[in-house]
Amino acid sequence: MEEAIRIENLSYAYPDGQPALNDVNLTVYKGDSLAMIGPNGAGKSTLLLHLNGILSSNDYVRIFSEAITDKNLKEVRRRIGLVFQNPDDQLFSATVFDDVAFGPLNLGYSEAEVRQAVADALAKVGMSGFERRSSHHLSLGERKRITIATILSMSPEVMVLDEPTSNLDPRGKWQLIELLREMPVTKIIATHDLELVEALCDRVVILDKGRIVADGVVKEILHDLPLLEAHGLSGPPGIRSASESGSPSRG
Amino acid sequence: MKHSFLDQYSDRDSLIHRLDPRTKLIAVFLFILAVSLTSQVLWPVFSLYFVLIAVLVTLSTVPVFYIFKRSLVIIPFVLLITIFIPFFKEGEPIATFHIWTWQVSASYFGLQLFITILVKAWLSILSLIVLTSTTTISDLLHGMEQLRLPRVMVMIFSFMYRYIFVLTDEVMRMRQARDSRNVGGSRLRHVKTVGAMAGTLFIRSYERGERVYAAMLSRGYDGHTRTLRRRDFRLADLIFSICIVLVLAAACLFNYLH
Repeated sequence: MEEAIRIENLSYAYPDGQPALNDVNLTVYKGDSLAMIGPNGAGKSTLLLHLNGILSSNDYVRIFSEAITDKNLKEVRRRIGLVFQNPDDQLFSATVFDDVAFGPLNLGYSEAEVRQAVADALAKVGMSGFERRSSHHLSLGERKRITIATILSMSPEVMVLDEPTSNLDPRGKWQLIELLREMPVTKIIATHDLELVEALCDRVVILDKGRIVADGVVKEILHDLPLLEAHGLSGPPGIRSASESGSPSRG
Repeated sequence: MKHSFLDQYSDRDSLIHRLDPRTKLIAVFLFILAVSLTSQVLWPVFSLYFVLIAVLVTLSTVPVFYIFKRSLVIIPFVLLITIFIPFFKEGEPIATFHIWTWQVSASYFGLQLFITILVKAWLSILSLIVLTSTTTISDLLHGMEQLRLPRVMVMIFSFMYRYIFVLTDEVMRMRQARDSRNVGGSRLRHVKTVGAMAGTLFIRSYERGERVYAAMLSRGYDGHTRTLRRRDFRLADLIFSICIVLVLAAACLFNYLH
């Protein structure tokens, strides 16, 4: 299998000296749908910020077998689309169109290409016709979809999502899961939502206190209750009900 | 939380709405310039300005009452600055008050100046309200960009528009959290709480700024702002510009002759 991302011996401390990541090793292959789970403050978001060079990663992170350098930084950021947890951070422009067009414009697309990319991306997330709206007048579910469109417009090869379903109601959540399931790209999803993991991912890593403490297929890890409990992820009732009743989308 | 639109009525369709934002921006700028340069007590000229605004409002189909109501917002600010003018300008006194041991008199000249400033401020704010209720904020931002206003300024406007409600929500939530726990206590403590809230808001905004910047970097931002240029300066814009310029020129001429 071809490697998409390889992280070797990555350690990182916050500017105030507090360690955030400790000797992380992780390889993500093309076509993977990887869930990164772990308690609050485990370092999930920090790790995600290393994947596209927002936080400096020197030689520890390789994207499609290349180190991130100033030269390929833009290309790396196109190939690795990062969606932040809070749509109010991800969507910073006056209109939806401007937000979705922001990436393509920075990549130097022509006007026609930009318009095409925006139209395609909005169509994929089912938000066509919202181009001229401003995002603070949209619902959270709508904003979450548009955050995904903002990276789809750059045709990424890996989608990296930080807590995509946080704060969504169940219907919004399952709509989003359906949407993500249809995207045929490599996905890395940081989440606490074990239902999402079960419905969407095939591989799970558990991150705790800046270390990867488990890495395996979804079925094994989600049913290893002592492991989940040891890392603040226990959800026996949730898991049982999800596996007994089956997720609605599979129903 | 639900918010009202800053640019309410801007999604309507009228002659004024269809004008290029650049035309409207320049027209408003010239209008305010002309208003502020007009000599005081030239009531015929001020009436002309008022008629011009009235015509624009009628053409724009925006409710008159809405525009009137919003325009009153400016009055307290102007009053705060101008209220003492009648008492400080020297001239023929029209009223004299005795306050304790002081004798204060308002001059006729000062009063005229006071009313002129009030009228000027009101006319200016009216023109701005007509502008913002006939142009969506995003069109205005594009217009500013096309007029080559500094990019940084346009971006600051854009962020302000985007985040003003986000911040309002944050303040509302903090206030609710405070009110849920704040029962009794001295006035001084309440004031301290407000100070702490302002500090918290600042820190949160700062942190949000960092996250937004990271989100911009993630989509290839490299310090250069790029936009699609839209040019749709049409015949209607030309005619509108000529009309505005003619009216303002007439006003200036009248002003000059007096």
